[in-house]
Amino acid sequence: MALDILYFAWVRERVGVGGERLEIPTGVATPLDLAAWLAGRGGGYAEAFADPERLRCALDQEIAPMTADLGQVREVAFFPPVTGG
Amino acid sequence: MISIRVQPDDFDVGAELAALEAKGGGAVASFTGLVRPDDGVEAMTLEHYPGMTEKALRDLAGHATSRWPLCGVTVIHRVGTLRAGARIVFVAAASDHRAAALEACAFLIDRLKTDAPFWKKEHRAAGETWVEARSADDTAAKRWDGPDAA
Repeated sequence: MALDILYFAWVRERVGVGGERLEIPTGVATPLDLAAWLAGRGGGYAEAFADPERLRCALDQEIAPMTADLGQVREVAFFPPVTGG
Repeated sequence: MISIRVQPDDFDVGAELAALEAKGGGAVASFTGLVRPDDGVEAMTLEHYPGMTEKALRDLAGHATSRWPLCGVTVIHRVGTLRAGARIVFVAAASDHRAAALEACAFLIDRLKTDAPFWKKEHRAAGETWVEARSADDTAAKRWDGPDAA
């Protein structure tokens, strides 16, 4: 399954890119699983995804829980809690 | 009647208010947020999630119009690097009476802070730091939850 994965704020800075398309292994069913898989890539990914409790996610541009089903989702974004306004 | 803008450029508060005054209601309420020069903050950089941001703001404005009898809503959020004292955000609501305009305006800014994908980085002489989310903002947003919650 190929997914577009986007990173924002310090997640983006640690990973080193704003987004990328990655082939995701079967068994990655939730954003939490995906975060653990990304952390396993090491380097900046390991830093960005060391503590998933600090992260929020959006699936196809809708805020979703980290335990949501990835299902037919095409775009996943990871970011810290929002601080606009 | 809903106007949503995400832009690097500044905006004219007077012109925005005048546009809402022309909607034919009897009340316009607005909130303007500025870059606060806290603890030596010289500037802030606002990052956002293009595509999702506009959708989140449009949903928010839609919730406000379904909850209060509004004849106009404007939400403007700037992005990019902004100096201390610069305008960051503007929300405004027009209605027949003040209560709806004031409540909708407070709802819009409270929920914008927790629901719209923006992130602030502060720039000081000593370096840059990402702003941490505040639990007080979650509390402010939650006061709009309830039986008729948006």
